[in-house]
Amino acid sequence: MMQFVADGILNASLIALGALGLSMTYNVLRFANFAQGEVLAIGAYFALGAVTVIGAGVGVMGPVKFGWPLLVSIPLAIVCTSIVVLMVDYLVFRPLRNSNASRITLIMAAFGLSLMGRNLIHLFAGGDPKYFSFYIPKAIEIMPGVKMVPDDLAIIGLCVFAVVSLHMFLTKTNMGRMMRAVSENPTLARINGIDLKMIIRMTWIIGTALAVTAGTLQGHIFQAKAEMGFDMLLPMFAALILGGVGNLYGTVLGALVIGLAESFAVYFDLSAYRAAVSFMIMLLVLLVRPQGLLGERE
Amino acid sequence: MELLGVVSFLVFFLIQSSFFSLTSIGLNIQWGFTGLFNVGIAGFFAVGAYTSAIMTGPHYDDTLFGGYDLPVPVGWLGAIVVTAFVAAIIGYITLRLREDFLAISTFGIAVSIQLIANNMDQLTRGPEGLYSLPKPLEDLSASPLVDNILYLGVCIGVIGLVYWGFERILRSPWGRVLRAIREDEHAAMAMGKNVFAFRLQSFILGSATMGLAGALYANFIGFISPTDFLPIFTIQIFVMVIVGGSGNNLGAIVGSVVMWGVWSASDSLIAAVVSPDFQTQAAAARIVLIGLILVLMLLYRPQGLLPEKHIVSAAGRMKLKGED
Repeated sequence: MMQFVADGILNASLIALGALGLSMTYNVLRFANFAQGEVLAIGAYFALGAVTVIGAGVGVMGPVKFGWPLLVSIPLAIVCTSIVVLMVDYLVFRPLRNSNASRITLIMAAFGLSLMGRNLIHLFAGGDPKYFSFYIPKAIEIMPGVKMVPDDLAIIGLCVFAVVSLHMFLTKTNMGRMMRAVSENPTLARINGIDLKMIIRMTWIIGTALAVTAGTLQGHIFQAKAEMGFDMLLPMFAALILGGVGNLYGTVLGALVIGLAESFAVYFDLSAYRAAVSFMIMLLVLLVRPQGLLGERE
Repeated sequence: MELLGVVSFLVFFLIQSSFFSLTSIGLNIQWGFTGLFNVGIAGFFAVGAYTSAIMTGPHYDDTLFGGYDLPVPVGWLGAIVVTAFVAAIIGYITLRLREDFLAISTFGIAVSIQLIANNMDQLTRGPEGLYSLPKPLEDLSASPLVDNILYLGVCIGVIGLVYWGFERILRSPWGRVLRAIREDEHAAMAMGKNVFAFRLQSFILGSATMGLAGALYANFIGFISPTDFLPIFTIQIFVMVIVGGSGNNLGAIVGSVVMWGVWSASDSLIAAVVSPDFQTQAAAARIVLIGLILVLMLLYRPQGLLPEKHIVSAAGRMKLKGED
């Protein structure tokens, strides 16, 4: 039983990173980015490329099976993916924003881009899943009856670190405060001299950074494949809505609930329906508390 | 004999186009006329297809359901009812909320239906799919071509009926409220219209049409499996509606035939030109292309090939003339 809780927390920390990225773009750019899954996947493939070039298994540190190459590959992948994302924003979303296109048009464009992203990965990297390394993980007992691979613990740690960094960034830095101001009220923020374009770029970069980190870590413990991000999209949206749109702490809480629920779906032998479990939770929340657990009523 | 080949290909092509056309009309009432964004088209199409397949199909040894041997029209009615029911649940929960919640929820229902199709073996036989589904009017002749021509007639009849019905209601006061909601929800609310109820009706009507299209598909092909209902189907329908012109039912039909033509032609082109080693890459490139068409249309020609006709009531027309 506790084992499922442990697995759920690992799952939740990856969902949380992705969902926080989704939440950032949702708050500032004001649309549900259906292409966030592909940002995650493309990032994972960039990181995979970097790890392969540096050489997998180089510099293995302590009990974990990854070394500095994986840690270096994350920032590299973030830079590469951010360039791609900013280019897409410049070519697609910026003109749509300027022509005052409806939110729905933006979502639709994102849906189209998501399909393109997945198939571009198929085109360039092939359809087979790719592995970061071929180590056989060795689980250690962290509590009586609960076994975890050291890597998983390290990944949970990294996710907590990323969430805390995001919190610090948003509350302690000027840029973070400006970003929150824009998400509260874009017009008022602009009147106060906040450069909206710069904030939009920063939002894309932060959303990308979170997604790429999630994608790379997920790729490391499981595998990288073109659909990896698309499969995460529903749990990420569920976490976002469950926590309350606009509330980042809610998103983390939502991710925890979804992660544990998915893990218990496996416990009750419903592993095939994991994604549907997060969907059912989401529908239930929309029915009884549409503003989410920590959200405010509109 | 050559001519016969061309004719049978054309008939087959038009039958396939009619599944897309009917689905596009369904999307058009949601997206084109009411501004509702449905990302789960493939899911609603699948619900219709599986419902009709289970109701009309043979008995399988390994499923709990099936073997009811109901007449095909009953299966189609069942498909409409079940799809409408699924749409009603989703719509009831999300249509009161932010518009993107509908998008996310319809995406979720499509994913869930895909999971059920793939895993609930007692209902759907999983990836193996349901087979030997009956085709209406197939006893009337021994020739497959005549068979298909008859089926094409049925499809055209169904589309004609749906088209006629939708044009009627969309020109009625009910249709005008839908467009009012699309243009300015608050103004419509201020006029005392129950925006939620109208949206829900439009959503259910559109989804039920997609379910009917799925049923038509299942009983023509005779075999359905989860791979028939992938997210690419949803994008294809959107491209068809947008290319044809959202808010125009004739445009939806034209867009469907044109885009299905482009799709089939590129299929043959890839098979003929690309060496077998690169077929999968070519298939991926083609999907990239359809995504690109969608994005380019949104950017440069959001009104589509056949833009919406501005319909005004008889009284409004007289007023407009007076102003001229």
